[in-house]
Amino acid sequence: MGRAELPLHAPGTQLDKGYIGQSVPRPNAQRLLQGRGAFIDDLRFPRLAHVAFFRSPHAHAKIRQLDFSKALKQPGVIGVFDGRALAEYCTPWVAVLAHLKGIKSPPQHAIAIERACWQGEACAAVVADSRTQAEDAVGLIEAEWEELPVVVDMEEALKGKTIIHGELGDNVCFRRELETPGAAEALARAELVVEDTFRFGRHTGVCLEGRAILADYNAGEHSLTVYHATQAPHMMQDIFSRHLNIPEANVRVITKDVGGSFGIKVHVYADEMATAALSVMLRRPVKFVADRLESFLSDIHCREHRVKVKLAVSKTGEILAFDLDDLTAIGPYSVYPRTSGIEGNQVVNLTGGPYKHQHYRAGLHVVFTNKNVTCQYRAVGHPIAVALTEGIVDLAAQKLGMDPAEFRRKNLIPDDAYPYSFPSGLKFEQLSHHQCLEKLLDVMNYRQLREEQQRLRGEGIYRGIGLAAMIEVTNPSPAFYGVGGARISAQDGATLRLEPSGMVTVMCSVTEQGQGTEAIFAQIAASALGVSIEKVKVITGDTGVTPYGGGTWASRGAGIGGEAVLQAGRALRANVLEVAAAILKLDRQELDVQKNSIVNRLTGEAKLPLSELGRIAYFRPDTLPADFQSELTVTRHYTPRQYGFTFTNGIQASLAEVDPDTGFVKLLKHWCVEDSGTVINPMLADEQIRGGVVQGIGAALYEECLYGPDGQLLNGNMADYLVPMALEMPDIVCAHVQTPTRQSQLGAKGCGEAGTAGAPAAVMNALNDALAPLGARVTQMPFTPERILQGIARARSRA
Amino acid sequence: MEQALDIALTVNGTPVSRRVLARQHLVDFLREELGLTGSHIGCEQGVCGACTLRVDGEIVRGCLMLAVQANGCRVETIEGLSDSKELAPLQKAFHERNALQCGFCTPGMLMAALDLVRQGGEVSREKIRQHISGNYCRCTGYQAIVDAIEEVLHGKG
Repeated sequence: MGRAELPLHAPGTQLDKGYIGQSVPRPNAQRLLQGRGAFIDDLRFPRLAHVAFFRSPHAHAKIRQLDFSKALKQPGVIGVFDGRALAEYCTPWVAVLAHLKGIKSPPQHAIAIERACWQGEACAAVVADSRTQAEDAVGLIEAEWEELPVVVDMEEALKGKTIIHGELGDNVCFRRELETPGAAEALARAELVVEDTFRFGRHTGVCLEGRAILADYNAGEHSLTVYHATQAPHMMQDIFSRHLNIPEANVRVITKDVGGSFGIKVHVYADEMATAALSVMLRRPVKFVADRLESFLSDIHCREHRVKVKLAVSKTGEILAFDLDDLTAIGPYSVYPRTSGIEGNQVVNLTGGPYKHQHYRAGLHVVFTNKNVTCQYRAVGHPIAVALTEGIVDLAAQKLGMDPAEFRRKNLIPDDAYPYSFPSGLKFEQLSHHQCLEKLLDVMNYRQLREEQQRLRGEGIYRGIGLAAMIEVTNPSPAFYGVGGARISAQDGATLRLEPSGMVTVMCSVTEQGQGTEAIFAQIAASALGVSIEKVKVITGDTGVTPYGGGTWASRGAGIGGEAVLQAGRALRANVLEVAAAILKLDRQELDVQKNSIVNRLTGEAKLPLSELGRIAYFRPDTLPADFQSELTVTRHYTPRQYGFTFTNGIQASLAEVDPDTGFVKLLKHWCVEDSGTVINPMLADEQIRGGVVQGIGAALYEECLYGPDGQLLNGNMADYLVPMALEMPDIVCAHVQTPTRQSQLGAKGCGEAGTAGAPAAVMNALNDALAPLGARVTQMPFTPERILQGIARARSRA
Repeated sequence: MEQALDIALTVNGTPVSRRVLARQHLVDFLREELGLTGSHIGCEQGVCGACTLRVDGEIVRGCLMLAVQANGCRVETIEGLSDSKELAPLQKAFHERNALQCGFCTPGMLMAALDLVRQGGEVSREKIRQHISGNYCRCTGYQAIVDAIEEVLHGKG
């Protein structure tokens, strides 16, 4: 059992890392396996009321009148409320950030007032004794609407013939231009410029548990306890406090089990704010759980982009410059408090990321439309940026007749070039693109697969191999949100307490949604202290208990929360040794903690079990020297600050087979080599990557929120909106390169989003590789059989 | 719509009698009336499989069956099959291979997996994938689930 005293990545160290690097199963999975978790909808409260929302059937309409008279007469109904009633209890918000210069958005209310701007926007709330009764009453609300012109298409939105929010002047939420000196010239002079337009279907997270909140206001102490399926409890504490006008310390946010989040549950939702406000108004607990139909209409959507991209290369295959124009539509409001400008901004920041070109030009337009709002979902912007980059890179390789792997080998930033400044302004501490590429080619037997591909083509079988190199933002510093004025913590904290029995309680501000956060914190704490892992109990998700922190997003839990746990563990171990020295009357330098005992540092001889140390420290401190006070609870915090982001890198590959007669795709296998620094739990890291890859495959092949010209969502249910199911998914091979970040002692970078970032590009490139002999090419996700057949038909008509 | 009926059934081996609304789904009855919250509600239209239950030995969608239809039936839920240890080998394999993340789909997934294990016989990975393809999991990507089920099947064989 290790001591984790040195930096875990110190050169040449032979340090026993304890549990770090071991595939320990998650202790907290046991209750979930027995159906004994505590999701919000499982909680039972006295006087619990249920809210259901009356949602706009129109994409854009003035609310002329709402008649609640019939609804109010329904059995069990406690009250029916419109936007004005809620506004008395909850102030509106405007989602802008100072560092996204010029971003604008109108104020948004908990319940729409006067006007609905997308189909599904909540326009009234019914509170009743049961959800069933509330829904029955919603059906009896009578509304008089005046339909307004609808902006659905993002090109139309940009043209601005119809402006959604007149007071803003146009439909542009945010724009950005970036050009390195000499970029235009590099493009003009290049021997080869390839260009293409890529389109990405708007999709959504489809967490199996709908958004869920139970707000419990106590009028006696003007306090609010919110049980909330959220990724960021402290952020929500601040939001509830400021918008409901309750002192911050009187607001407690508790996050128990969360049934999937993926970025969906890190935003402020109007209906959830309304639920909290209703609890204050009615002075009783109120619960809202989004059902599947309202989830499709109101969970954030994401990634509706159309991007024109150009790549300038030399005859010998050196990438000289990237050029792109991204147009993306975000619905009628920028989403609070992270804004809906970040996704497009990330596309600008990250495109071309793995390569060593020096010239870059990018233009971005983020526009409002009358569809559901979009915001940050797993891998924010990365799937777009990686697909653009790797799609156009493959096209250039094809034009030059170069093997895609060789083309990448020639252009990836060398592994010895770090620290490195990328043309978009990003700084990379240390990446390992070449190591990852070589490992991937080896693991997948690239050469053999190419030979097999050629042989099968002779038999009329169209197989493709697609590669996708990537960089990924993890462990963000305050540069992500804090500098823009958002009250979102980039710092996290951990408290460790040695219990009298010798057990250890860890309380950390990073939350658990199934990734295994609590398991890796137990591994780190046990290793840092020198106790066995079953002695460690981890508590997360309670603003009343844990230190303050950011929560779970942007692949930050292991790298930031994990470092805080490591630091707290080391500090507690030092304090434990002080107590041991006082009890044993020995020099603390002679002592160490191993296997739940104080031992002689040199001989390993057991001196005192931690259970005995705990007993004395807590119950018989009178036996210790009079001037000695034990401190067996310690707190440490950690903020990454040397770099804006701790970038990771990796590369994926997809092997796919296309049936040119039906357009059907069969994914045969998928590989991912990822460098996320120190791997704390290889099994959990692999499972994060596999799950992420499959979400990326969903975006590539199946998932799209389809809207009609009137702004109506056409497939907002689980039968019509396709998600990856077991039968269609390939086995996914994971491998790791470990380049620890030197910013922390732990050296961990994140890995939660890597799979989703790269998989769509890898699948796209595999499909286009398979279709190449037919002269066909597809660039619009998702690649449905219909779109593949259209691609083949276009090629045939050209020929 | 509001008609109420008396039903009597066995839930996890215990006889239960209640008066229920005709429109109440079986999974809502279990969750709301009996407090058996292990069966989860994901889509309420029979697609996601989160509410998979065992009724008279067959797996069913708890959101597609009415409580009144379960009158006289033997209903088994994740709680009951955990306590009886019938699920123990699958739960152990799921735990060791991390074949769950958020755990919301897990009770339904285990029900579907147990159904396959009970059928016995030679089962390929493809067949396992097919058998659980009515159960949606957003977290894992399914591979670990397939591995865990395969392990239990082979362990038996």
